[in-house]
Amino acid sequence: MSDVREDVIDAAIASRKGTASSAGEADVREVGICIIGGGAAGLAAALGAYEAGVPAADILIVERETALGGILKQCIHNGFGLHRFDEELTGPEYAQRDIDAVTAAGIPFLLDTTVLSLSQDRTVVCVNAAEGVIRIRAGAVVLAMGSRERTRGMLGIAGDRPSGIYTAGTAQAFVNLRGEIPGKRIVMLGSGDIGLIMARRLTYEGCEVVCVLNRSSFSGGLKRNIVQCLDDYDIPLIFNRTITAVHGDARLTGVTVSHVDPATKKPIPGTEELIACDTLLLSAGLMPENELTRAAGIALDRGTGGAVVDQTFQTSAPGIFSAGNVLHVHDLVDFVSEEGLAAGACAARFMGCTGAGEMPAASQSEKSAVAAGGAPAAGGAPAAAVAGGTQASAAVADEASAAAGGAPAAAVAPTFSAEPDAFITVHGGSGVGAPVPQFIARDSDDDVTIRFRVRGVFEDARLRVLVDGHEVARPKRRIMVPAEMESVTLKAADRIGATTVEIAVEEKEASHE
Amino acid sequence: MSEHEVRRDGAAEAAGSSPTGTVVKQLTCIRCPLGCQLDVTLDTQGQVIEISGYTCGRGKKYGAEEAVCPMRTVTALVNVTGRRMPLSVKTAAPIPKARIGACLDELRGLNVEAPVAIGDVIRADVCGTGVDVVATKNVK
Repeated sequence: MSDVREDVIDAAIASRKGTASSAGEADVREVGICIIGGGAAGLAAALGAYEAGVPAADILIVERETALGGILKQCIHNGFGLHRFDEELTGPEYAQRDIDAVTAAGIPFLLDTTVLSLSQDRTVVCVNAAEGVIRIRAGAVVLAMGSRERTRGMLGIAGDRPSGIYTAGTAQAFVNLRGEIPGKRIVMLGSGDIGLIMARRLTYEGCEVVCVLNRSSFSGGLKRNIVQCLDDYDIPLIFNRTITAVHGDARLTGVTVSHVDPATKKPIPGTEELIACDTLLLSAGLMPENELTRAAGIALDRGTGGAVVDQTFQTSAPGIFSAGNVLHVHDLVDFVSEEGLAAGACAARFMGCTGAGEMPAASQSEKSAVAAGGAPAAGGAPAAAVAGGTQASAAVADEASAAAGGAPAAAVAPTFSAEPDAFITVHGGSGVGAPVPQFIARDSDDDVTIRFRVRGVFEDARLRVLVDGHEVARPKRRIMVPAEMESVTLKAADRIGATTVEIAVEEKEASHE
Repeated sequence: MSEHEVRRDGAAEAAGSSPTGTVVKQLTCIRCPLGCQLDVTLDTQGQVIEISGYTCGRGKKYGAEEAVCPMRTVTALVNVTGRRMPLSVKTAAPIPKARIGACLDELRGLNVEAPVAIGDVIRADVCGTGVDVVATKNVK
């Protein structure tokens, strides 16, 4: 493993030394496929590209931490890999399988290296202590930056700023990677899976988990985790509660808990109750980490928080692909890997088979961006979110290219707007959140898996797959919950000549929203 | 879900030992997101007499196993001599839920020497369960 890294660093240093005196372009390092992020999605993308025929030496993984594996490193509980490996692994074991495969293939990677910027011409600027600033010009880029947790600020918890308030994942890193506990008497806000897992872990480590509070009336966590992490240890999960104040000077001393009106989702005055605790953990969901993507002017979907992609996981920037939690937040790592493998293979195809004909025409990009973005707006609110994202980002893209001092026009043409009629738009109808991919190329003859989340709990329901308003499939679902990602497969034969696809829930019996 | 809770609360009041010595255990099935509330009736010998509340065969099987002898895979951390990062470990197979505390206690004072590879036995036959605790991480 270390040999590979040294080779990469040596080569990079050599190329830097050789060109140290010459400015600008000469300093650029050429890479076939640059993968940003060495977690589950990035490792899989590297393997996907390699298996599709890209030589290992033409692939480069850039990872900001000191080891590959991403968040799996700290997920020491079991339950990973049932779909992909047909066995239950812990996070570190799951990651090691891909790390071993990447190492065996000789795929190079840079550790402790932070990407500073990305541009639509596939230039990646990164920095590390050994080499300083590294400028990479890639044939294709795969975005695999993952997600991060919602913070106190994002949850709008006002009040004092004592220590002792962490996201559940930060506490997980303390305990599992550093062997330190965050506190002794813990209140959890939000019942996402990381929080549930941490409630059990902290109980194991001798802490008292007082309760888990949940703002809504259903949990975002998996049933198995509620039973095996809370019920097993008699930790109460209390619905329709939130935290309206935190107390403490240097250290947290307690939180004020209020009832939440399920109808208005607002705290009810007069229901406040003080709970003493020295630690508050937040487990209120994940957000794709797309600062680089946004700054590059790549179109984002407000519904998923990730890039808008086509069926090949290609973003609005040609040759830039996105997979895993940075694209949309998954429930299972197995599907993150599946997506990474596919995106890597698509990036390989982009590298290998790109005739000039496959590159979108540049000249009409701006006008058609608006056309492509505007079209789905008629389909409903969720689609409008996509459209909004596309339009807004198209504008940003223009600014970005202007700021860059005129990058080649072809490089910044959003794929989806090259020709307004080249893509089928995919959107979520009743009960369905933002689906991925958002676009399917009309000339694609592949069956396409569309992944999404439902917006409530639905029992004995059906999903409707509507192509231009006509139902082409109506699969049954015994139960659907927001905590689990859903998917449907759209056959190529079912979308010939189509312009829109809509996925919706057809309810038989709704339990509740 | 609120529907289930109401049902569960109602059932909980009726739970406990009946005059005939049978015991009803309330469980939430974890085989799928439905989370069916199962009532498993055990006789005085702890044998299953009746299971209700399930909606599929997998749920019925889960109820029978979970009510008689719930099993869990335990994942934990142990110290590595001279290292800051703890070593993550797991029981190589599920152990009885009632033994989780004893298992953790047995691992707590342990100091492991590096190097360690995934799958290395860190503690054989933990708490006399017949199950080994193995490493889930490589430490060089």
